[in-house]
Amino acid sequence: MLGYMTRRLVILLLSLVAAAIVLFVLLRLLPGDPANALVGVGATPEQIEAARAQLGSDQPLFVQFVSYLGDLARFDLGQSFVSRAPVIEEISRRLSVTLPLTFAAFFLAMLLAIPLGIVAAVKARRWYGLVLSVVSQVGIAVPVFWLGILLVYQFSLTLRWLPSGGFPLRGYEDPGRAVQSMILPVLTIALIMTASLMRYVRSATLDVLESDFLRTARALGESRTGALMRHGLRNAAVPVVSVLGIELSTTFLGAVVVEQVFSLPGLGSMLLLGIQQRDYPNVQGVLIVSTLLVLLVGFLADILQRVLDPRLRTEGSR
Amino acid sequence: MAAGEISFRLLAERKTNPTKLQGTYMTFRSTMSRQGRGYALAAMTTASALALSAAAGLAQDYDPEAVINIGSLYEPQNLDNTAGAGQGINEAFNGNVYEGLFVLTDEGEVEPKLVEDYEISEDGLTYTFTLKDGVSFHSGEPMTAADVKSSIERVTAESSASSRKSSLAVIESVEAPDDGTVVVTLTTPSISLPYNLSYVWIVNDAAENISSAEDGTGPYTLQEWRRGSALSMVPFEEYWGDAPTNGGVMFQYFTDATAQNNALLTGAVDIITSIQSPDALSQFTDNPDFTVSEGASTTKELMAYNDRVEPFDDPQVRSALARAVDNERLLQAIWGDYGTLIGSFVPPTDPWYVDLTDVNAYDPGSAREMLEEAGYPDGFSFTLDTPDYDPHPVVAQFLQNELAEVGVDVSINIITANEWYTKIYQQQDFEATLQEHVNHRDIVFYGNPDFYWGYDNAEVQRLISESESVSSMEEQTEMLTEANRIIAEDAASMWLYLYPQIVVSTSNVTGYPLNGLNSQFFVADIQKAE
Repeated sequence: MLGYMTRRLVILLLSLVAAAIVLFVLLRLLPGDPANALVGVGATPEQIEAARAQLGSDQPLFVQFVSYLGDLARFDLGQSFVSRAPVIEEISRRLSVTLPLTFAAFFLAMLLAIPLGIVAAVKARRWYGLVLSVVSQVGIAVPVFWLGILLVYQFSLTLRWLPSGGFPLRGYEDPGRAVQSMILPVLTIALIMTASLMRYVRSATLDVLESDFLRTARALGESRTGALMRHGLRNAAVPVVSVLGIELSTTFLGAVVVEQVFSLPGLGSMLLLGIQQRDYPNVQGVLIVSTLLVLLVGFLADILQRVLDPRLRTEGSR
Repeated sequence: MAAGEISFRLLAERKTNPTKLQGTYMTFRSTMSRQGRGYALAAMTTASALALSAAAGLAQDYDPEAVINIGSLYEPQNLDNTAGAGQGINEAFNGNVYEGLFVLTDEGEVEPKLVEDYEISEDGLTYTFTLKDGVSFHSGEPMTAADVKSSIERVTAESSASSRKSSLAVIESVEAPDDGTVVVTLTTPSISLPYNLSYVWIVNDAAENISSAEDGTGPYTLQEWRRGSALSMVPFEEYWGDAPTNGGVMFQYFTDATAQNNALLTGAVDIITSIQSPDALSQFTDNPDFTVSEGASTTKELMAYNDRVEPFDDPQVRSALARAVDNERLLQAIWGDYGTLIGSFVPPTDPWYVDLTDVNAYDPGSAREMLEEAGYPDGFSFTLDTPDYDPHPVVAQFLQNELAEVGVDVSINIITANEWYTKIYQQQDFEATLQEHVNHRDIVFYGNPDFYWGYDNAEVQRLISESESVSSMEEQTEMLTEANRIIAEDAASMWLYLYPQIVVSTSNVTGYPLNGLNSQFFVADIQKAE
């Protein structure tokens, strides 16, 4: 297990370096000069040169790249071109919105999807089992921003229970309002996620219900529910966990859209703004941090799968 | 070219959102700077503007402690207007946190602010300013001539990214002979100096790190700024002038216009500083809980020809096209009952505005005749480079239909804001394009033959460049009015309409600025009823 984890960690690091290289190259391929965006059109060529020197974008690409990798190794993501603030500070401030949003939505979705998915599988032939699968099917088709708009319309504009967007000036120092402003975004992500997660849980459970080992367990005298509880769910969990990893990553990236709908100052809006302003350090920083998070989630999902499924462990140590 | 300048904000405010693609407003911040004090506003576009300010003056039962929440789409990038902070910093800080020697009022007049009195030498090259007494910075230090000197030099400095930098390049030196006097010497006379100085914040020369903190003289001090979210200000107790009529303001920043409108609907904000999409208006106009006010905008939608290339180098062709397009119907289609037709490039808040809508007015019959006379009896075809954000694509289609009626075939080429900047603005490689120009006093562009549209008229160039060196505002106005007339008769570009400037508030809030000139938003007189 330890050897496996080390190998996985090495892969993670290599992926990160590869991602850093790709990002660096892609961003330089974008049309538009950050120096221009910074000093404005009226600027003289000298001013633009001065801005380039200040940004370091007058250096040869290779030099820029080496210094970029060096900084990265020291967790130094540089300074924003536009606000001149350290990128890492801005990212951590933004993460304080995006991470709670993602995790709250994720756990809420799990809380809803797992029991509902199991019910939908076990009672597949009853009417409510059917209704559940239809609802989840429809839920998958709903675009996340559209659900966001519907929720705003209902709970903010019509009922006036919750704010339609924004985040309090003092952030979590104003906990009541901070939580209030998170409720609708969390619901938006969670509901969409529940729909797709439910289908995975349902089909994994259905597979297990038809499996030989469950039939054997029942032949040995266990009730259907008992057998499912003791042997079925753990087996059903293995495929679901790998999906969960992917879902968590998508949620994290999907927060970009939801943050936009609800005007939340998260990582997503930082990324969009950075792209518009050709603020390379900000964009690079956000993308590197997101890549790291996605890789970490994948890593954890792999480990968790091995814990759940002994067969994978033997395979890995062979 | 005279002391005109452009600063161009690429990608100033893009709202990319699946719910509503609002696009990129590529704004031209430009200023032709010609004005001293004492100019009356040439025309106030709407009666409602006057009515509202009158109402604000009469309101008595307001809550002096109320905090006013203002929704805006323009978040500053940092807090220093000489460091590329964007238009949002002017909106939040001009006249609120920082003040200049002069102020450009919401009515378009330049008035003294931190200056008690000033004298201009015979030759127009030396300005002697006597500073107001008893003005102190938020840090408690008194304002002195040394602060003013360093503030002006901050804007003209090598590293400055201020949009005023080139207008103020006429300044040769700034001296502070004593604490209360500042002497500015110019290389050439510049009648617009006071106007340009209204953009120069007076900052304490001891202040550090003003990109994230402030030390100004205005009626408010910065309380807190949370990037991506909001900025709050509270009244400054020691303010030298009249105290604000509210207990503070909070600018809340949105990246999406719909989210901003929702915030107003739910009462999370009291005012939104500008409505950018006409379709969002109906939810406020039909509702007595809200006040919709239309002020005088300076944003002009136009089709710019490349006046260097055939057939657009022929004024007759340009006039013919102008007559072929029914601007009134276009404006109606896009903005309903809002917006104004001006017939030229000069908005009503510029002193040299005259109504020129009857020059080359809509008349498809004469358009056809003129095209024939110009040698295009069967019309011609051209490519219209169209920025991909509202309202340009719609406008392009409208023009395509209108011009087809007179035999001119338009092919629409959609481009991004970035492409616009390189292809059209820098390389000037185009036949015609659509663009919005946001500033007032920007007729100067027509005096620059190297500008992207390449309008080249010696008389206009003379009028525009000489108008800066005249000794009275009357002369300046006279010369620029003449220049305005010439470009209109020459149909230098096709001016389609003037955007409306729309501010929406809850109906218990009054006293806010309507015209938003130079993106300013003075908040000190805003009142909220109890």
